Amino acid sequence: MSLVNFTTREITCKIVYYGPGRSGKTTNLHYIYGRVPDSRRGRMVSLATQTDRTLFFDFLPIDLGQISGFQTRFQLYTVPGQVYYNATRRLVLQGADGVVFVGDSQARQLDENLESLQNLQSNLLEHGVDIRTIPLVLQYNKQDLPRELILSPADLDDALNFRGVPSFSADALHGTGVFETLKGISELVLKKLAAGTAA
Amino acid sequence: MTSALNPKYSFDSFVVGAANRLAVTAGRTVSENPGSAYNPLFIYSGSGLGKTHLLMAVGHAAKKVAPTLNIEYLTLDEYVEAFHAAIAAGQGDAFRRRFQNVDVLLVDDVQFLTNRKEMQSELLRLTEALQVGGHQIVLTSDRPPPEIADLDERLISRLSGGLVVDIGAPDYETRVAILRRKAEERGAKFEPGVLETVAGAESGNVRELMGALNRLVAFQAVNDRSINAETAKQLLGIGSEGADGGKAAAREGPGPGARGPGDEFGEFLADVTVTLGKAVEAWRARVGEAVLRWEGEGYRTRRLEALLERDTPAAVDQVITTFTQDVERLKELEAEVAELDPQTAGQSVFRDPERLAEAEEVAAKVRDGAAPPPGPSAAFPLAAYAVGPSNEVAVGAARAVLKQPGKKYNPLVLVGKSGLGKTHLLNAIGLELARGKRAVVACLSTQAFVDELIAAIDGDRVDWWRARYRRATALLLDDIHLIAGKERTQEELFNLFNLLQDKDRQLVFTAPAQPHTLPGLEERIASRLAGGLVAEIKEPDREVKRAVLERLLGEHDAQSDPALVDYLADRPAESVRGMVGELQRVVGAAAAQDGRLTAGLAREVLEGQTPRDSRRTGGFRTSGIVVSSLGGIKSREKMVWDWSDVADRVIEEFR
Repeated sequence: MSLVNFTTREITCKIVYYGPGRSGKTTNLHYIYGRVPDSRRGRMVSLATQTDRTLFFDFLPIDLGQISGFQTRFQLYTVPGQVYYNATRRLVLQGADGVVFVGDSQARQLDENLESLQNLQSNLLEHGVDIRTIPLVLQYNKQDLPRELILSPADLDDALNFRGVPSFSADALHGTGVFETLKGISELVLKKLAAGTAA
Repeated sequence: MTSALNPKYSFDSFVVGAANRLAVTAGRTVSENPGSAYNPLFIYSGSGLGKTHLLMAVGHAAKKVAPTLNIEYLTLDEYVEAFHAAIAAGQGDAFRRRFQNVDVLLVDDVQFLTNRKEMQSELLRLTEALQVGGHQIVLTSDRPPPEIADLDERLISRLSGGLVVDIGAPDYETRVAILRRKAEERGAKFEPGVLETVAGAESGNVRELMGALNRLVAFQAVNDRSINAETAKQLLGIGSEGADGGKAAAREGPGPGARGPGDEFGEFLADVTVTLGKAVEAWRARVGEAVLRWEGEGYRTRRLEALLERDTPAAVDQVITTFTQDVERLKELEAEVAELDPQTAGQSVFRDPERLAEAEEVAAKVRDGAAPPPGPSAAFPLAAYAVGPSNEVAVGAARAVLKQPGKKYNPLVLVGKSGLGKTHLLNAIGLELARGKRAVVACLSTQAFVDELIAAIDGDRVDWWRARYRRATALLLDDIHLIAGKERTQEELFNLFNLLQDKDRQLVFTAPAQPHTLPGLEERIASRLAGGLVAEIKEPDREVKRAVLERLLGEHDAQSDPALVDYLADRPAESVRGMVGELQRVVGAAAAQDGRLTAGLAREVLEGQTPRDSRRTGGFRTSGIVVSSLGGIKSREKMVWDWSDVADRVIEEFR
């Protein structure tokens, strides 16, 4: 999928929310869904299990309208976090223009975060994408939990952000940092677009 | 380059206020009377206050008044770049001429002259030239001339000599007027008080003002509702109350009533709009850069300009890449042609990538037409050159030259009387040198060299002639003394000599005497000739004579008398040619009598009758090219075929 189509004057950004199970990816999308005017959002597709876990993926299309003469659309996806849905994750990741890694700030979840990050890297590689080249931001979610349960953004940066990508602390349930994260990834994706208009 | 003027930047779209009225008036005056009002006009102001706009407006207005005017707008950086490119291409003069012929020259951002001494003097020269020619020059800078660091005094006084005006920050009213006009241009409508609020914010810079307006426009477009002054304030972070509004709200979460549900999304959208705007327009910047670059190097850029005119060009980078490849190919062709024929290389076809095919054709034609210079004659192989004590120095030198062409003896000058085999040896060296890979050996008589130059001058293709010889890997000129008195040829030879010698290319000459004794030869040529090795060929010794005779007789008649060779070789001979002449007479006599070639016959022919004298009459003679007298005379004009009767000559002398 091409990011920019000059013939039809369309820009379509596919952004994938990635991360371990229960880290809050779908919550991010729900919050965004709630903030987008009705006229600009498509139907949010959510395939969830009875226990409210994402089974397949969530999909939220957002229409940003005409920007600089381009019909601009964002497609936000989440992947199922659970380890055993890796095939789905890989599938969703295909053709992604940018990735938001939603990490769980709880101290006991650190290993899951690391594992998921490694999984992201290997799945990207399966698609022939180097994690160092794809636009990527980190979100440290659940920062609203009691201090004793979570790691600080600085600690999480030390543990997870060894590539020095933009990172955002968030409380997706209440919306803190959700749009900052989205802005961060959009900027990276669009800047990359500037670098390679030829595509 | 007039196309570089942005059509949006005209006087009509320039909002005039107290802070810029003087500058605008001066600009208008200048555009109506270029060259006569304020020259140079120097406009300075802080960033984002309209210098560039005003500068381009002057250009547009001047063009409107007199459409034939040659108007050029460029930034100092572009000027510098173009200058460097021109210098690199060896077209410094063309560059200067180009700018001196501009009627109105508009130079933006001259503050970058700091630490550029050579550009300062270039600009000084240009300003003077333009002023003298009555051409207008308008410059802008972010500070007045005396404050530009490290600026040449003369340039300061020159730039300050016309009119120096500044543009101040717009006052409140001007800011409102600017905002209204811009909002109108975009077809955006705001509730009363919104624009005034924006204008009320402290902003020293029109560009920032535009940024603020853009955010409002984007916000309104997204939310499909018009905003009021208060929202505008919040959005732009004006005043204490709503400062940092969006972010604060996000941090607090969706507090009830604090913000409409669209706010966060709106802000996101405004952000994306700005980023995307930059990204999408980036291709324009890239095309613009390419246009500037190649235009600066003197190439036509129509193909790229056509891209800019379109809204949705596909594969911009591919077009730029192909264009660049075409230009590179043109450069190659031009360089190739320049070596063969500099005049043709100057053709405009080598500067227009749209005419690449044509350029290829021209180059092909030049390639075909570029005949190599005359080469050595195949009739003089080195193997046939008879060696003896009389010429062993020369032959030794020739062998050394062949071993290390251009390195050991350069030039090699073969000196000797006529008929001793200088020409043969020269051509033999040429033939051997020509065996080398990629060798282009120019080997010809000096007379032919002179004649070619005259023909080239006549045909106005001296450049072509020069290029032809400059390609040569070796230059061998026979009878260099014939250059005497030919000043132009000496001049050309002098240059060619130096050029070839610098490149370690072999030079060989023949002369009848030591270079310094040759009359009519310029000292610089003579000294250069003497600077290598001057090898003398003496009168032929018996060994040489025998070798020559045996070879000639062997070619002619296998049954010749061995005594004949002895007899002829023992006869005194000034030159090989003289001896060959004698042999020829004997052969002729033998043929006439149908007899055999014998020593007796020779004696009879050579001693029994008065030999037809062929004594030299003094002065220098050319070395007639006599290959093998039995094989036929090669150079008719050098031989005297019919001598007039002795009686006639006596009468002639008595007159």
